Amino acid sequence: MTHNVLVVAEQIQGVFRKVTFEALSAGLKLAAQTGGELQALVLGSGIDGLAADLKAYGAAKIMVADDAALADFTTEAYTQVLAGVIEQVQPGIVLLGATTQGKDLAARLSARLNVALATDCVALAVEAGQVVATRPMYGGKILADVALSGTPVIVSLRPNTQTIAPSAGAGTIEKVAVTLGAVRSQVVAKQFESGKVDLTEADIVVTGGRGMGGPDFSAIEALAEALGAAVGASRSAVDEGWRSAADQVGQTGKTVSPNLYVACGVSGAIQHLAGMSSSKVIVAVNKDPEAPIIGKADYALVDDLFEVVPALTAEIKKLKK
Amino acid sequence: MEILVLLKQVPATESLIAIANDRVSIKPDGLKYVMNPYDELAVEEALRIRESQGGTVTILSVGPAKAAEAIRTGLAMGADKGILIDPGNLTCDGLATAKLLAAAIKPMTYDIIIAGHRAVDDDNFQVATALAELLGIPNISMVVKQTLADGKIRCLCTVEGGTKEVEATLPALIATQRGLNDPRYASLPGIMKAKKKPLETRSIADLGLDAAGLQPLVTIKALKMPVERKGGRVIEGDSVAVKVAALVKALHEEAKVI
Repeated sequence: MTHNVLVVAEQIQGVFRKVTFEALSAGLKLAAQTGGELQALVLGSGIDGLAADLKAYGAAKIMVADDAALADFTTEAYTQVLAGVIEQVQPGIVLLGATTQGKDLAARLSARLNVALATDCVALAVEAGQVVATRPMYGGKILADVALSGTPVIVSLRPNTQTIAPSAGAGTIEKVAVTLGAVRSQVVAKQFESGKVDLTEADIVVTGGRGMGGPDFSAIEALAEALGAAVGASRSAVDEGWRSAADQVGQTGKTVSPNLYVACGVSGAIQHLAGMSSSKVIVAVNKDPEAPIIGKADYALVDDLFEVVPALTAEIKKLKK
Repeated sequence: MEILVLLKQVPATESLIAIANDRVSIKPDGLKYVMNPYDELAVEEALRIRESQGGTVTILSVGPAKAAEAIRTGLAMGADKGILIDPGNLTCDGLATAKLLAAAIKPMTYDIIIAGHRAVDDDNFQVATALAELLGIPNISMVVKQTLADGKIRCLCTVEGGTKEVEATLPALIATQRGLNDPRYASLPGIMKAKKKPLETRSIADLGLDAAGLQPLVTIKALKMPVERKGGRVIEGDSVAVKVAALVKALHEEAKVI
């Protein structure tokens, strides 16, 4: 059975999220397995020029839903447009990034269409004509292979888990008519820190834990800046009020899979380990040689973090010169 | 203000999870079950809205008979009544759970539904938002602050790299994010009172539903443990400077991550 794969591209402030390119690359592989083609949909306002940025990732068709009412994401409006496009192009598989927006949109869409949804997946395959997705459960303590029935199926992909592989495609750009019914929610204000990489998409994450001893994370921030990293925090650091909940890594916070994870003064409670164990390389800086994180780290530096972190920052700056 | 809270009983986050012999479920032995942490925020926010605006807080949960414990905890925190939807032998995926809740809620009167944005067992991020769709009401996710005025709810929400404020007309569903509030503990008198508060159990048939329409579209084929990380190298050295230099060298030349 031939199934086309539709990727819902996510852009924020006119820039595509990295996970969008990951989804396109994963989608292209799936389309090869199902014998279908890769398609993409971009929603937003004043995004005419943007669609071309997707051309290099193998999509046969790039659809653009450009409307003032889509300038900011609201679950209702985006669901309406996406459901309309799905009805029209009848994909077999719909892929989104498992971002705040992607997860919300996927959930509402699954109910609108009465179809299967697998959230936050780390791997995808087609087995005997059925999509099988691998997804973490229990905050990453377990991985589940789940089979999705019916058509279409919706899958959201965890950021930083798919390899981006540029590929040629026809990349025909098509405008999609936007008709919106009643939308009862709207974005009335927004605030973005410019240039800040989100934890879930960062290549490098530097995290401070209870060992920080207080809200002064300046040493961690300086190291993160030298590395081009995002700053995370352990649950203890968030509970103490030292960092905002948005920075929390772990089972009740964010799950991250960066290339490099540097844990400073983090003991490594099971909830924290669940949220960062899929990092490619883990470094632990901790003065306690018995801390659980030491047993999980590829490189452990057992010493006072207040001496190590500034020295590390200086050494990395030297390296990057 | 009629407030509904969605709640799920889940294994405590400090639990070690092991796979059962059937390879598709987890071993229940020795697990401590608690209210999903994000749902604690939902119960707390509902109580605060009731305290300022008056009204009733009703808790709904889908789960086995045991899940009544988590509802009782919510009642002990101060909620007024509870409804447990017991699906019996049916294995529910996220969408089926939302359908059960929608069937129970449709005949009810409500202004706000508050839920955790996800349960920390299945991590589906699906039930609350799917329920809003099935009920035909707007939803706002990842809420860290809300205010009610003139038949509308205005919420501050976390998104990657920032925050946004979203406004919706009531009735609406909001999903909680950490930072919204600091949930109260159930007091001893609260626990005593909770024992007498109404908690009814409903079956699929009570909701007028048929199991055929609730068959899961997502089924677990196999559970597996993630590859266990083993400790690597402890960087040795006489001084911090020596150790740091060795670490940076290893990250640059061996791991090639910087």
